[in-house]
Amino acid sequence: MDVAPRPPDRGAFGRALGALIPAVPFLWLTFFFLIPFVIVFKIALSEPATAQPPYRPVFDLSFGLEGLSEALSQLSFYNFSLLFEDSLYFSSFISSLRIAAVSTVLLLAIGFPIAYAMAKAPERWRPTLLMLVILPFWTSFLIRVYAWIGILKPEGLLSALLINLGLIGEPLQIMNTDTAVFIGIVYSYLPFMVLPLYATLEKFDYNLLEAAEDLGCPPLRAFWRITVPLAMPGILAGCLLCFIPVVGEFVIPDLLGGSETLMIGRTLWSEFFSNRDWPLASAVAVVLLVLLVGPIVAYRDIEARRWEKAK
Amino acid sequence: MSMAVDGRRRGSLAIGAVRRDFAPWADPAATPFIRFERVTKRYGDVAAVADLSLDIFEREFFCLLGPSGCGKTTLMRMLAGFEAASEGRIVLAGQDLSGVPPYRRPVNMMFQSYALFPHMSVERNIAFGLEQDRLPKAEITERVVEMLRLVQLEPFARRRPAQLSGGQRQRVALARALAKRPKVLLLDEPLGALDKKLREETQFELMDLQVKLGMTFLVVTHDQEEAMTMADRIAVMDHGRIVQVATPGEIYEQPASRYVAEFIGDVNILEGKVSEAGEGRCTLAVADAPASVSVAGVAEPLKPGQEVALALRPEKLVLTHEAPPAGTPNVFAGTVWDIGYLGDWTIYLVRLASGRTLRVSRANATRFVERPLSWDDEVFVHFAPEAGVVLTR
Amino acid sequence: MNRRFGFFDATALTLGFAFLYLPILILVVYSFNASRLVTVWGGFSTQWYISLLQNEQLLQAAWISLRVAFLSAAAATVLGTLAALALVRYGRYPGRTLFTGMVYAPLVMPEVITGLSLLLLFVAVDFDRGFWTVVLAHTTFTMCFVTVVVQARLVDFDRSLEEAAMDLGCPPLKTFFTITLPLIAPSVLAGFLLAFTLSLDDLVIASFTSGPGATTLPMRIYSQVRLGVTPEINAVCTILVALVTIGVIIASLATKRSAVARQ
Repeated sequence: MDVAPRPPDRGAFGRALGALIPAVPFLWLTFFFLIPFVIVFKIALSEPATAQPPYRPVFDLSFGLEGLSEALSQLSFYNFSLLFEDSLYFSSFISSLRIAAVSTVLLLAIGFPIAYAMAKAPERWRPTLLMLVILPFWTSFLIRVYAWIGILKPEGLLSALLINLGLIGEPLQIMNTDTAVFIGIVYSYLPFMVLPLYATLEKFDYNLLEAAEDLGCPPLRAFWRITVPLAMPGILAGCLLCFIPVVGEFVIPDLLGGSETLMIGRTLWSEFFSNRDWPLASAVAVVLLVLLVGPIVAYRDIEARRWEKAK
Repeated sequence: MSMAVDGRRRGSLAIGAVRRDFAPWADPAATPFIRFERVTKRYGDVAAVADLSLDIFEREFFCLLGPSGCGKTTLMRMLAGFEAASEGRIVLAGQDLSGVPPYRRPVNMMFQSYALFPHMSVERNIAFGLEQDRLPKAEITERVVEMLRLVQLEPFARRRPAQLSGGQRQRVALARALAKRPKVLLLDEPLGALDKKLREETQFELMDLQVKLGMTFLVVTHDQEEAMTMADRIAVMDHGRIVQVATPGEIYEQPASRYVAEFIGDVNILEGKVSEAGEGRCTLAVADAPASVSVAGVAEPLKPGQEVALALRPEKLVLTHEAPPAGTPNVFAGTVWDIGYLGDWTIYLVRLASGRTLRVSRANATRFVERPLSWDDEVFVHFAPEAGVVLTR
Repeated sequence: MNRRFGFFDATALTLGFAFLYLPILILVVYSFNASRLVTVWGGFSTQWYISLLQNEQLLQAAWISLRVAFLSAAAATVLGTLAALALVRYGRYPGRTLFTGMVYAPLVMPEVITGLSLLLLFVAVDFDRGFWTVVLAHTTFTMCFVTVVVQARLVDFDRSLEEAAMDLGCPPLKTFFTITLPLIAPSVLAGFLLAFTLSLDDLVIASFTSGPGATTLPMRIYSQVRLGVTPEINAVCTILVALVTIGVIIASLATKRSAVARQ
């Protein structure tokens, strides 16, 4: 007997379950990730107040539509105008972008040789090397930054070592400078740079380099013309994966940087916790988010494309 | 014109398909184009290539044939410059290649994986090697067009490799390697990734191309059919050494050893002992045969009592229902054990009284057979004295 | 044999790993220093570990952190695995672009933004800040990491295995639990461990979303670190590093064993 193939009948229960799988994480992220941003926008347009919570008008769902329209009429762009008038905010945005850009370049320059060497290492070493890169990433971020305080401070280990070697006479003044912040960022974010680079370089077909050489292309030129263009997705992913969070970094500039190290994450933190100016902190967050929307979308596209390809 | 080449021609008899007017290897005055001189390549304790010497001539289509791990790819990669010889040297057109990096060698390679640059179009791939030589733009364009025409890929010039079929990619790889007009073209398993039909067509195209361009081709392959079809000469390799270098016909009909006989084509190998040895002929005592076996066309001098192997190709055995007339040499009796019908050929496995099975093949020259052979039929197998090859190694 | 691993590569790896590991190693060594001064080695001592055991505040913070990490990692594993299935197994559906955006954005989102926005959410819905708000916040930001880890395994997954099970009469839900889940289990476990350590590690988001009585270990460490380097903190850090190292080694052995068993 001939039976035409038909899709397996999953039944009503199966169909409901099938719809539930995307729905549950979707709703969760909508509620805990998307809606909070709407609230941030809303509060960025409020005015500070000495109340609990410390802003006005209070966003209250119980007011319904009427309350919403009333709230809308009370919106103020005061916070944003403050951000552009006060040079502190402006320069901390600029400084954040600068520090993030410089760190990303440093990370790429240090991370690429490591990732390339890992990808070229014999296959039986590679899982171990990969684990060695991931392991620090699993240990506390805070601890890793903290470890550098003991090394970098004037009476710390690095100064002691260099003085004992006779290389310097005076203790190093690195701690609480931008240099310390760069060291901290490179140290903390190195795995984020190495992993995506390694992922692309590991799949790279090394025959292509031989083919290029065979056609008369010296190794260094082959590196620029073949390896780098083909590793571009990994380079972009690694750079974005480092750049975006570094722009908003708080712990590293706070612990390693000096009072003159302006970074936006730190500004936001102090507006929030020290000055208790929630609307202004929200406005800072909104501007930061607007700055990062482009890179974040680019990052999402790279990742999504990579998975589409893998499928 | 030296046609009377020893081993290739015996009186008016020839072996295999002969490309007339082209046998520089038989001419003692000819200078080899590529010389491997006592080349050894060691990886740690393992010698991938062991003390190997080989001469290849200009305009030759030369095949390195052997199973994977026999050192054939290493040998080719040494010529391309990707591996350095541990000992010995490689000379190309009178130039010692030691220390010359791959990007300065006048040889180009077609990679097994094709190694096409995925981020460049077909024409950019083909132009890549020419750009490295800093040729003028106009000349590059001209050469690329010429190459595209040669491999019939003009409409695909702007496509990326990922948008091409396997056969088209193979052609791009070929065009890219040919674009620089190398002195030698190296082809690493050039047809390995193609399906059977396409492979056969491409074999003939490669041969045409090679004659047309007058270029020296060195092919590495594990596929004996590929090597037999295309090559002027084949070097059969085993464990880093060359076992035999000869034309396809000689390799098949006059294998130098059991290894070669078994590697190329199907063969029945019978163990035996020399009972009588004469000029070019001998008589063997074979355990599986009821009477002594006589063999003609023996190339090597034999001594009575010597242990040898008798190689019999399946298509050279004659299979009959009736006993052959009295006086026919080399007759075996047996039963049909199994039959494999292939269309053009039928393979019969005949079990002898000794329990040993002989493989016999028969061309299906007619569509209808009066009395077909069937399973368990009592049959006779015989062969002419010239059909067997005595192997001492 | 085509990948030539040369002197330059060996140097890059040596320097790179020295850079990654020396600071942690120094930290561990100095946690056993008898002297209170960081640069002076005063002999081997475990006194800082002993004084640690007497530090009520720190121990309490550690206990809170472990509970938060366990609960949020468990929830994040379920949600993250569902999200990975939604990304790999479902083709086009309305909101897919938004969904992938919501999955990948938290991976790179500066923590100050995530922390602030979640805090404002909790205030808006009038949810008292404390232990549970931290759990919810950590679940949200760690689930995306779980998704990425599980997704990598699902993409490689041979779907004909599921088809074979269903062909043999196994209904879809049962197929998921008897075939799919056991085969992606190592990645789910890895996702859980990742979520666990990320939660254990987090300072910024916890600072925003926690309330009185729910001070986590990183918050406690941070407030002490701001006062300077102390051997006691070195000891806490060493214990954390040891725990994570053991965890990662167990996880990698488990994955390796299951990989070997599968072959």
